[in-house]
Amino acid sequence: MIAIVDYGVGNLFSLKSSLAAIGAEAVVTGDPAVLRGAARVILPGVGAFGDAAEKLAAAGMREAVLREAAAGKPLLGICLGMQLLFEKSLEYGEHEGLGLIPGSVVDLKPVLPEGLKVPHIGWNALRLQNPAHPLMKYTREGDCVYFVHSFYAVDCAAWTLASAEYGVPVTAAVAKGNVMGCQFHPEKSGPAGLKILKAFCEVTP
Amino acid sequence: MITKRIIPCLDVKDGRVVKGVNFLGVRDVSDPVKLAAYYSESGADELVFYDITASHENRALFTDILTRVAESIFIPLTVGGGINSLADFDRVLKCGADKVSVNSGALRDPGLIGAAAKRYGDQCVVLSVDAKRVGGQFRVFAKGGREDTGLDAIEWVRRGVGDGAGEIVLNSIDTDGVKRGFDLEMLDAVCRAVSVPVIASGGAGCAQDFVTLFRTLPGVDAGLAASIFHFGEVEIPALKELLAENGILVRR
Repeated sequence: MIAIVDYGVGNLFSLKSSLAAIGAEAVVTGDPAVLRGAARVILPGVGAFGDAAEKLAAAGMREAVLREAAAGKPLLGICLGMQLLFEKSLEYGEHEGLGLIPGSVVDLKPVLPEGLKVPHIGWNALRLQNPAHPLMKYTREGDCVYFVHSFYAVDCAAWTLASAEYGVPVTAAVAKGNVMGCQFHPEKSGPAGLKILKAFCEVTP
Repeated sequence: MITKRIIPCLDVKDGRVVKGVNFLGVRDVSDPVKLAAYYSESGADELVFYDITASHENRALFTDILTRVAESIFIPLTVGGGINSLADFDRVLKCGADKVSVNSGALRDPGLIGAAAKRYGDQCVVLSVDAKRVGGQFRVFAKGGREDTGLDAIEWVRRGVGDGAGEIVLNSIDTDGVKRGFDLEMLDAVCRAVSVPVIASGGAGCAQDFVTLFRTLPGVDAGLAASIFHFGEVEIPALKELLAENGILVRR
């Protein structure tokens, strides 16, 4: 069973139904005990980093997620949930992340060439840096996935599985051991997204 | 780079898709759930559901259908129609909508966009504008194009984006239904005014109109249409192939 971490951030409906579509059993939970009983954990998230990090801690789920990650359980952060895996974010001040993957999260706007809009919204193609990683098992170079974000992860080249070209290479998927993340929304990325969720469900701890 | 998006729009009234729909392979052509799945499978990049239900009682039916649609498609879903308050945002987002489109509601309550953007984020708020030329100006119309608000459309979209709208849908009343192509002049003016994605609506009559749209105005992010998709006049896989042949980036 997969535990989707509920800490009052974002819409978990699509995630749950996309997991159901690939035959994976999932439960949305804010209970650390349920997290402990789950085989895999997904950390979703939309909104602002600082607010989400606070809510995660306030819900008692920060420690719970860290504990499951340390136990070696496959963990997938999605969108803001991926950003939370890093050490820190510079979104409206400086905020501490979970520190599970080295790197930080910074504003896209100052690094983009003129004419490119922020947020980075829409379908963009994946360039695979590490096609051999189990999370990318079914993904092909050029698969389009759906992004919606204004900040992105940097200084994490060693952990980057895939990126997307948007004036600069935007970190799209990362992994360090059992901890994985997608900047894009696999649950909104059509067949390409479902393939990534399926691969996550098959990653062996 | 970001691909150009192709977005079919479904008008739903009392739980059924209105406007005739005429496809091969879809038996119940007015079932919104089946149509949504059809479009999602044929490569639509996003879907818009527009609730044109008049009665309050039938609105519950719409939210029920919305939930079933959201469960069965895995592409972004935008919902509009009858969005007048944060409670309306909440109602459709809970059913699985990703974005909410406001039109008349924002005209009635100019604070709605700001309040919704603050609560749900800019990416969630789409400002939909019906505009028409009046005396050399692009004018915002309300009530499905029947009432001239006196507002300048360019000022209105600028203000909406300033308040937090993350996307603009520009529907040109002048070209809507004429099927001779999108309103390039009006779209160009809007693209110059705002820095958020602009979705073109109104006027598509054939696949070539989308090629002309994206070639002439690289700043336009998406093309939205209803009847040409519903009647099977333009099929999404063929449209995308044509766009790709013309050097326009699309998801395939």
